[in-house]
Amino acid sequence: MALLDKHAILERNATLLLIGSFLVVTIGGIIEIAPLFYLENTIEKVEGMRPYSPLELAGRNIYIREGCYVCHSQMIRPFRDEVERYGHYSLAAESMYDHPFQWGSKRTGPDLARVGDRYSNEWHVQHLIEPRSVVPESIMPSYAFLKDNPLEVKGFATHLKANVAVGVPYTTGMIENTEADMRAQADPNADTSGIEGRYPKARVGDFDGNPQALTEMDALVAYLQMLGTLVDMKTYDETAGDR
Amino acid sequence: MDYHSLRAFADSWALLVMALFFIGVVAFAFRPNSRAHADEAARIPLKED
Amino acid sequence: MAFLALVGAGLAKDAAFANHMWVLVAVMMGTTIVLLRRVDFGPAPVIDTSGYMDGPIRYGTIATMGWGVVGLLVGVVVALQLAYPDLNIEPWFNFGRMRPLHTSAVIFAFGGNALIATSFYVVQRTSRARLFGGDLAWFVFWGYQLFIVMAATGYLLGSNQAREYAEPEWYVDIWLTIVWVAYLVVFLGTIIRRKEPHIYVANWFYLSFIVTIAMLHIVNNLAIPVSFTGSKSYSAFSGVQDALTQWWYGHNAVGFFLTAGFLGMMYYFIPKQANRPVYSYRLSIIHFWALIFLYIWAGPHHLHYTALPDWAQTLGMVFSIMLWMPSWGGMINGLMTLSGAWDKIRTDPIIRMMVMAVAFYGMATFEGPMMSIKAVNSLSHYTDWTIGHVHSGALGWNGLITFGALYFMVPKLWNRERLYSVRMVNWHLWLATLGIVVYAAVMWVSGIQQGLMWREYDEQGFLIYSFVESVAAMHPYYMLRALGGGLYLAGAILMAFNLTMTILGRQREEAPIGGRAPALQPAE
Repeated sequence: MALLDKHAILERNATLLLIGSFLVVTIGGIIEIAPLFYLENTIEKVEGMRPYSPLELAGRNIYIREGCYVCHSQMIRPFRDEVERYGHYSLAAESMYDHPFQWGSKRTGPDLARVGDRYSNEWHVQHLIEPRSVVPESIMPSYAFLKDNPLEVKGFATHLKANVAVGVPYTTGMIENTEADMRAQADPNADTSGIEGRYPKARVGDFDGNPQALTEMDALVAYLQMLGTLVDMKTYDETAGDR
Repeated sequence: MDYHSLRAFADSWALLVMALFFIGVVAFAFRPNSRAHADEAARIPLKED
Repeated sequence: MAFLALVGAGLAKDAAFANHMWVLVAVMMGTTIVLLRRVDFGPAPVIDTSGYMDGPIRYGTIATMGWGVVGLLVGVVVALQLAYPDLNIEPWFNFGRMRPLHTSAVIFAFGGNALIATSFYVVQRTSRARLFGGDLAWFVFWGYQLFIVMAATGYLLGSNQAREYAEPEWYVDIWLTIVWVAYLVVFLGTIIRRKEPHIYVANWFYLSFIVTIAMLHIVNNLAIPVSFTGSKSYSAFSGVQDALTQWWYGHNAVGFFLTAGFLGMMYYFIPKQANRPVYSYRLSIIHFWALIFLYIWAGPHHLHYTALPDWAQTLGMVFSIMLWMPSWGGMINGLMTLSGAWDKIRTDPIIRMMVMAVAFYGMATFEGPMMSIKAVNSLSHYTDWTIGHVHSGALGWNGLITFGALYFMVPKLWNRERLYSVRMVNWHLWLATLGIVVYAAVMWVSGIQQGLMWREYDEQGFLIYSFVESVAAMHPYYMLRALGGGLYLAGAILMAFNLTMTILGRQREEAPIGGRAPALQPAE
């Protein structure tokens, strides 16, 4: 019974108990999470994905700061009703540059994975200022203060650099032009050829209805307007997504 | 080592090993001569304050 | 008091480091005020190194009580915000910032303090040894309160890394890691210097909770800060990997923080209150290993039908269903501890509360595996059903077992003969139970209705309801939910009053329960 007495040792030795339980709890995590990093078919090959433009990234940070993810998902499941309501089901590739992911877990409000280009800028601004003025039944809080908060532009290149450190392919040109790109994307009079070259399909122009100021509202609406617009689902090969 | 071979392994040998291990653990805990030991341990909180 | 100097040094360093971060400065100033007020409030601990070290446990008990009321109050407020959106006060008190405050306050402030206080109580008494590390236990207590204050104020001021139940930013995470390692040292050190040959099973659960939370916390919060003087950081992982890491963390925060740790409470306080050893000690060994092994796999059931690969979803589902067995094994073990003493349920409201807690544990751990089945999940995911499930577990199991433990510990910690009022415990129990039942029932109805409305088609094959129609339909349920939460909060306030009077040494004159006046006993 020598082997069977081993557990008695475990029961009497705190360090062994500690190591034993630690080993037991690491197994599951390693087996589940590690393969996601090296199995090649975890993320589909798609055309069109690019890093967020600096203005969109700043808007995304506001989305995170305000806790939008507690009520809005960004993950369309492959069901008939969801696809009809929100658009093509979400692909893993579409969040490949999302640090952190924003799939969400609750739909107190609708899914936002493909909300981009669905409404006008004016609608978004009005909806954020006073949600019930455009959707009477809405229970969303008001975000009017975003229109008065100037956007922090200076030093934003460090955010792109931090993204590079976690694997987002921002180029040197993108980092050098961070502040100029942020201002140009929301300025209706700016030369936008540079930003449109670096960030294809980026939506440009004034977002918040106030061309004079670059506000947090500009950034958030720029982010909302690009959600789900990068990958052209007509060109996506369904059979390639066999996982 | 692609996904499908991993899957086949998980469905067969890995499953068997884990099932046997589990049965072993249960058999161990309920082996006849552990009762006295366990009863003694169970009384620890009641001894005093 | 050496601890105070340590916190002071920590404060100065942090405030300097965060010089141009007004957010952080504001947080630290708030912390300083709170800390100073608290320090003035309590007398210096009497140093008696011969007995058990109960000072941090007394403070932890009060903190549990206080944070519990605060967390539940915020819960009622956010519930009302969903029913009446005009209650959102932008920008600080909008739902998006208040909801992480609620979850962190009840899980980490209330639950965390309860776990730290009870684990220190249990480990000393089952090891027959004083807490290891001297004032380190005080550092754990105050350090943890600092973490809570930093996290809470951070959310309201706009510092949030958007990882559910791990929302504090990187510098708060680092601070928690330091505190947590100190906690592990105190706990493990006490076990190592025990005078009892065997490590009691409650301590196994506590130990695995501490170790696993450390691992989950560190891996899930891996991130690159934008700057060492800024609060923003970017997660080390992205997209699908980030999602699984987060829910591996998120589900095991439930599995180890809210289950394993609280099972440690169950395995000590139920035998103590019933004055009987646990039903089957050998079953508890199986329970322990099976539970910690299976729980860690279950995370992917939060990501059914998402872009997470199917194999991971299936794995998560299978392990979640298997988890039903050890969960119910543990439940049976807890309930059967009362076999031969069932009359205590009639005469002792504290036992009644603990039994109710275990019953809710059984219910929630049955509902959970069911909801992890993909077909069920396709309906329940994204709806209020999940919220109802979480609350029947959190309010029913975690809340009631903690309240039971508090009612048990307070008279002992302050050397009182008995509680101020045992009858109030009974009132608390029924207020809480009624609150949970209302809450859970309302959320089942609203969740299932939501799920069905979203997928309802007419004969021509068109979706019948727009999204906002489903929002409007939820209004009556959200009002009732706030009512359920309000009842539960009322019970907790009653407890706070009862325990405060007990600490002050007062006793209410009342007839003993089960004796002459059965009017207050709806239990039979």
